[in-house]
Formats: sequence, structure tokens, C-alpha cells
Amino acid sequence: MAGVARPEAIPPAAELVRRAISGKRIDVGARLFEGILLFSLLAALAILVTLLADVVGRGWVVYAERGTEFLTSGNSRDPAQAGVGQALFGSLALMVIVAIVSFPLGIGAAIYLEEYARDTPFTRFITVNIRNLAGVPAIVYGLLGLAVFVIALQDLTGPNSNGRSIISGGLTLAIVVLPIVIITASEALRAVPGTIREAALGVGATRWETIRSHVLPYAAPGILTGTILAMARAFGEAAPLIMVGGAASFVAAGDANLIDQLFGPYMAMPTLVYNWAGLPNQDFRALTAAGIMALLTTILLVNAIAIVLRNRYARRW
Amino acid sequence: MTIRTETEDAAATGVSEPESPTIRVMTSGHELDESERIAPGTSGSTKHLEFDDDQVVFELDQLSCFYGSFRAVRDISLKVPKNQITALIGPSGCGKSTLLRSFNRMNDLIDSARIEGRILYHGVDLYEDGVDAVEVRRRIGMVFQKPNPFPKSIYDNVAFGPRVAGFRGNMDQLVEQSLRRAAIWDEVKDKLRTPGTSLSGGQQQRLCIARAIAVEPDVILMDEPCSALDPIATLKIEELMRELKENYTIVIVTHNMQQAARVSDVTAFLTMGEDRAGYLVEMAPTQELFTRPTNRLTEDYITGRFG
Repeated sequence: MAGVARPEAIPPAAELVRRAISGKRIDVGARLFEGILLFSLLAALAILVTLLADVVGRGWVVYAERGTEFLTSGNSRDPAQAGVGQALFGSLALMVIVAIVSFPLGIGAAIYLEEYARDTPFTRFITVNIRNLAGVPAIVYGLLGLAVFVIALQDLTGPNSNGRSIISGGLTLAIVVLPIVIITASEALRAVPGTIREAALGVGATRWETIRSHVLPYAAPGILTGTILAMARAFGEAAPLIMVGGAASFVAAGDANLIDQLFGPYMAMPTLVYNWAGLPNQDFRALTAAGIMALLTTILLVNAIAIVLRNRYARRW
Repeated sequence: MTIRTETEDAAATGVSEPESPTIRVMTSGHELDESERIAPGTSGSTKHLEFDDDQVVFELDQLSCFYGSFRAVRDISLKVPKNQITALIGPSGCGKSTLLRSFNRMNDLIDSARIEGRILYHGVDLYEDGVDAVEVRRRIGMVFQKPNPFPKSIYDNVAFGPRVAGFRGNMDQLVEQSLRRAAIWDEVKDKLRTPGTSLSGGQQQRLCIARAIAVEPDVILMDEPCSALDPIATLKIEELMRELKENYTIVIVTHNMQQAARVSDVTAFLTMGEDRAGYLVEMAPTQELFTRPTNRLTEDYITGRFG
């Protein structure tokens, strides 16, 4: 009986199926929802683009007139001579201190938490609070830095600058990003599968040999990108530096040696921009915008490096 | 269903004659009647295997394993014979893997895990004070359920163990020898510098076996080593196991009863009590266990009526 097709039997069956599976449904709710989502995206982008366009529009003239001279000259009361050179140097010096202090401490803390600490209520309490610390406003760390590095440890951090030195600023910023470094490093370590640890321990490696030869190398790309992003965050922080004195309007000409500079007054990019923005002279408006451009470009560059590294070394398990 | 005769069943399961001259079976001498069968939740063995003392690698004495307050394995006493393949079979969740991982103190890595009772390794309690878990694992290697090569070169995968053990000899030779014994040398000899993770699943598992034997262990523990592999790769691993038992004592956990029947000399059947703790139902030479199980639970399991 099968296979003997009656001519009139085919079209109705196919027609029924076609009717059942075709049709253009108009779902008003879904369309509306999609529209709202698209609007949210466009609104966010529009705000960003407006800001950028405004900044570039105001600041471009500075680069057009002065070129890289703006990036190298020091601060001045004369808008025609003021530049971000000292601030760039200050920010870079701060970053070096941040890296030296926060990376070993943060990565070390993360290794301890992930690889050594037993899973107790106390460890969980600490982990939760490190996350909370990452969310604490940076100004609070600024107060801490003021109390500890600027005032209490003045003799160590800057005997001749009342403690308001690059060292104090760098240490304060290091504390700001420390929780972020710990969290990102922890996540990178956690992404290394337990089976890899078991494999290493299973052939008679100690815990340290397992971490050194396997866990850390496999987590390194993740740790690296996390720490670079933390640096970008530190680079843009103004509030804590205002507290600990990175807002010196004018820095004596830099014929001092590097060590003296580290213990001396300094300027950083975000605080310089903050200072310029508050000056009454209208000519500083353009300089402010140009300074923001330099700041943003640096941060974008750093983030781009992090993304490239992550994509290049990302590991699939 | 009553217990079938030996001839019928040998034909049915295809079990070959076990090559285990040292095994003597001590049965209780009579068929168990209904009242003597083990009630779920209680523990014990209906048949005792006795070996010469120098042929015993592990002796478990009333071993219980806990995760926190949960008892995963209850009061297991058994002996693992030297240079033979001992299979642990049983339904999912009956504690086979937990038991196996207590043999080389792999469970130390889990904070909440602890044991009661004793595991004697050549007469020495593995959990007594002063025993170094790292040294234990150097002698009692492990192959895991999912192949887990390091994301490093094939060469480095094998060489890592000897390196941390302070091996001072000819590493190239040791790597080659280990890969040969794991029956994978011919497939990888031209690409020792490529990542171990680039191999197929079956090759990865043999690489893991090569990695395990590179440190010259005494025992190899295998935790369902073929569960992630296709039948051909599985057969290769099983063949390899039969070769390896000349030099090593092997304990294998498997879900696959045919595999236990094919490769093992001795089989222990575990199941779960009502408290979800695994216990030993029966341990016997594999052929015995599969043809003349003395416990109804064992029989139900191996005939596929349960589990």
C-alpha cells in the first residue's frame, strides 16, 4: 500500500503542512521591546560620542598650534606655554610604583586565597570583603593615603615635601587598585581546571611545583590583562591624588635627580586636568580638553594592549 | 533467578581463565539463603580473598571516607594483590572514585575530606603521621577519567614528573621508554614538541599513562580511564593495561562491567546503602564474581537488573 501514490493524496497533505508551518506573525510586544533595547544602546553611544566630539573639538586647536610641544612642556600660568609634560612624567612614575607594589602583593594574595587557603567561613568572609573593597570610592583610599603615607610616614615618603611625594601618591594608588588586582588574578587562577592540578600532584609534584610549573603559567595571560586594566584605572584616578597632594599646580623645573623627584612634589594627568578646569582664564578651557585627550588616549592605548594580549594568549580548556 | 552454572556463564560473558596463581578463594562454603543476604546499608564481604603477605599491595581495614559529615564510603576491608588488575565496579555514586582517590591521598586536596580506618600500603599506614602525601603520589600514580595532559609539549608532559622527582639520568631516553610502554611512541615520535592537547582523546589518555609511568611508580590508579574514549581507543588502553600489569599493580574504577570482565583479575563490587554510603558487597576473582556471584545484589547488578 505504501508507495502507491494516489494523485489527489499528495497536494492536500503537503498543503496542510505548508499552512501549518508558514505565516508571518506580527508580535507587537517583541518589536517594542527590541526598539527600547536599541534606543538604550544608541542613547549610551550618543552620550559618549557627544562627549568625545566636544572634547576633541575644543582641544584640537592646541595640538594644531603647538603639536607635541604641548606634550613635553611643563605647567605654566601662561596658557600659551602650559603643557602636560610634567604631569605625564608624574603619572608614569606613579604607574611604576603602582606596578611594583600592587602586582606582587595582589598576585601573591590571590595565589594564597585560591591555592593555599582552606575553604572556611573566614576565607569566604575575606573574599567577599575584597570584592567590597574594590567598590569603595577612591576618595576613601585618598583619606587613608593622606593619614598613613603623607602624615604618619612623612619621614619616609617625602621629608622635604611634607610627604606629598610621588612615593605617597604611588602607594595610595597601589592600594586603590590592589583589590582589583587580587580579584582579577583570583579569577585567572580559578580558570585553570582542577584536573591540571590533579595531574601535576598525581605524578608527585608538591603544591608549589604545581603552582610554579603549571597553574601560574597557564593563568599568566589572564593575570596580565587584569593587572594592565588595573593600571589604566589607576592612571585615570584623580580623587585620591587630590587628597595626597598630587595637585601641586607648579613644580620646580626638573633639574633634580630621579630620586629627589620621587620624594618631591609632582603632578599627575588627572589632577592637572582638574586644576586647569578650575582656572578662570578662558584659554585654559582648550588646554583642559587637550589634556583630557592625552589622558583618554593613554588609557585607550593601555586597554587596547590588554585586549590584544588577552586575545593572543587566551587558552581554551 | 538462581545462580547459573559456570560453563553457561563463561560462554555468555566471554571471561577468560584468570592468570592469577596466587589467588586462593575462600568461600563460606555454602550458598547464601535469603536471610543471610546482606541488607542494604550494612557492609561486608561474602567471600574473602586471601593472598600471600608479600603479594598484598594495599590492605584496607574498616575504611570509611567522609566529605564533611557525609559518609561516602563505609567500613571497607579488602586487599589489593600485586601485579594484578583490580577492578572496582558498582553503580554511580557508590564511592568507587572516592575510595580510589584515598589510595594515593588525592582526597587530601578536598578540604572537607577525611577518612576513618586504615589503608596499609605494603604494611604502612598511608595516613599515619609523618607520611608525605607527595612521596605517596610519586609511588602511586593516577590516570584520570578525562584525559588531562598539560598544555605543554608531549615531551614536557612526560618529563615533568621525573624532573620534579630530581631525575638526573638521560631524560630523552626516559621519555621515549615511557611513551613506548604506553604504546604511543610510534604515533608521537616525530612531534614530541607539539602540545599534548593537540592529540586525539585516546592518544591523550595514553600520553597521561606515559606521564604516570615515567616516574616509575609502584601502583597505577585508573579512574574510569576509558569513559571519554571511543571503543577502539578503549581496546588499546585495555591491551596496554594487560601489558603494564607485569610491572605495575593496577587498580581501576569502571562503570563498564564488560571492561572489568575483560581486563581485571580481581573485582570488587560496591553499592550504596540507604544512607547513600558506598559499601563493599563482594570481592572475588573476576571470573568467580561474574559467573558465580554469591550475593543477590551482585548478581542483579552484573545481569543488568539494577544500577
